[in-house]
Amino acid sequence: MSELTVTLLRIGYLALLWLLVLSAITVLRRDLYGTRIIDRRRTPAPRAAGPAADAPPAAAEAPARPPRRSRSAGPSRLVVTEGPLRGTTLPLGSSAVLIGRAPSCTLVLDDDYSSSRHARLFPQDDQWFVEDLGSTNGTYVGDQRVEQPTPVPTGTPVRVGQSVLELQR
Amino acid sequence: MASIQPHRVRPGRGTELLLLVPALAIGVTGYVLAGIGVTDHVPGNAVGYAVGTTVLALVVHVVLRLRAPYADPVILPVVVALNGLGLAMISRLSLAYAERGRADSGFADRQLAWTAISVALAVVVLLLLRDHRTLRRYTYTAMVAALALIALPLLPVIGQTVNGARIWVRVGPVGMQPAEFAKIALAVFFAGYLVTHRDTLALAGKKVLGLQLPRARDLGPILVVWGASLLVLVGQRDLGTSLLFFGLFVAMLYLATERTSWVVIGLLLFVGGAAAAATTFGHVGARFDVWLRALDQDVYGREVGGSFQVVQGLFGMANGGLFGTGWGQGRPDLVPYAESDFIIASIGEELGLTGLLAVLLLYTVLAERGLRTAIGVRDGFGKLLAGGLSFVVAFQLFVVVGGVTRVIPLTGLTTPFLAYGGSSLVANWIIAALLLRISDEARRPVPVVRAVPTPDIGVPVAVAGRGEGTGRPVRSSARDVPDGTGPRPDDRPTEHLGGDA
Repeated sequence: MSELTVTLLRIGYLALLWLLVLSAITVLRRDLYGTRIIDRRRTPAPRAAGPAADAPPAAAEAPARPPRRSRSAGPSRLVVTEGPLRGTTLPLGSSAVLIGRAPSCTLVLDDDYSSSRHARLFPQDDQWFVEDLGSTNGTYVGDQRVEQPTPVPTGTPVRVGQSVLELQR
Repeated sequence: MASIQPHRVRPGRGTELLLLVPALAIGVTGYVLAGIGVTDHVPGNAVGYAVGTTVLALVVHVVLRLRAPYADPVILPVVVALNGLGLAMISRLSLAYAERGRADSGFADRQLAWTAISVALAVVVLLLLRDHRTLRRYTYTAMVAALALIALPLLPVIGQTVNGARIWVRVGPVGMQPAEFAKIALAVFFAGYLVTHRDTLALAGKKVLGLQLPRARDLGPILVVWGASLLVLVGQRDLGTSLLFFGLFVAMLYLATERTSWVVIGLLLFVGGAAAAATTFGHVGARFDVWLRALDQDVYGREVGGSFQVVQGLFGMANGGLFGTGWGQGRPDLVPYAESDFIIASIGEELGLTGLLAVLLLYTVLAERGLRTAIGVRDGFGKLLAGGLSFVVAFQLFVVVGGVTRVIPLTGLTTPFLAYGGSSLVANWIIAALLLRISDEARRPVPVVRAVPTPDIGVPVAVAGRGEGTGRPVRSSARDVPDGTGPRPDDRPTEHLGGDA
């Protein structure tokens, strides 16, 4: 075989190898560029993680504009400030929020020190109350253990297991 | 902790079929070109060879279509390409040995037979194992199996010492290295054990210098396994495998607990162990000598344990240069064990740096797919198993290529999928089948269960997504939420899909 053929075959084979590599990477490009990773530890107040189009408008734009005045400046969201789910926010509506490890809870905590149905936050008379649902380790508002429904002012830390929650405007 | 937003997976296996075309072409063209390069004519069985490898790959492809329709489309083509490349290089070396009248030249056909057996076993794994979580039931069985496999070569009659390492088992004409299979069993055991004990491993214990140290009793069983395997391996004088098990152990602990302390403890233990081994065992000390002073005349000229092999491999790769000598134009057969331990050097010589980098990138893609599967799959056991298995392939490659290129001391490990050796090929195909099975689970879309708002509890919002929605973006809309009443993993996942709005 001539020198030229050998060289062409040599280069052609290398091109074939790289063809497979590059086409495999093309298939994976959405993994490389299309995956959104949100670090919960670095961002103190993360933006909405879900696709913006799907998020309820109040929640999606909550950081951008002041909350609606309809609830007389009450808190608009529940924020987890400490614990495994730190940075998670949950929009508050007019219904109660059930907190615990059970999948049926509104806020499902991934926290070994919380009970499956740990506590309930509910609004009454323009104020939010927290009620312990017989949890093992208790619920605390500030330093006080919750024995009966206790009002939760905006910005007061509520400890559930290892997690600390807070109501924010 | 980070939350990872998955994207929608395109269904269908057309991509895989398309990728299989260049993958098969790499193997077949390599085989033909190697034949032309060494003997100046196209190998007589080239058509049969092409048909055979194509059929093998298509069988796996069809089984995947039937039994794992969502499995990752890239894993199979990459594995087929690597295996084909290895077969081509092995047949090229076997031709060269025959040309120069060496007796041990019939190994290309044996490797081809092993390929067929490996593919058959991978298909059996895919067919029999419908759900990878079944393996979790055999956590402790896997532990016993791993220990038994590791100890097998030490048995008097069937165990054999080859080149100073007692890692072979020979029954009649069939020999195998049980340690290759032990690594799968160990990965299953570590995954099953750590998924139930990771909380105590991660949370309980003292903090020293910013490192969370685990309690001794949580570590007990796992240290026993690890210590036993290392003891046996030092007894068998096979340091590559012991390094591999150690790496697997540390990596899976880190995956399970997310504690940097494990990596630090592991590295410290390893440095201590390596130093102790280098001073105690003569052959380990010799390996360090070869690594650090490979080009010294006295090390090069040593009768036993010299640097001849490593240096010949380096010369071969230097001869290859950027674009290689071309199939059959170099002299990779001058390196001892060019078809097994030093197949990377053979590829580096004939395909050059360009080809070697492509091969390394193929491994990178394979490992990336495995780790991506680990992120995507919903149960903790699957995460740990996929992570551990892809780590073990990547780490084994690192140890081999690092040894051949003098980045780390040379240890006797096989290059996954490429190198000559039945046990290694079978074990790695089984790993590929397991990864395919887990990735099918990871990429399968979750049936969406609509949440019904109840006045008492409120509207469920997927905040701590317990595994929902890997196949599709997690919705944070209040009325379109998988509320987790669908199929539920049997343990807690490690990731939290962010549906926080």
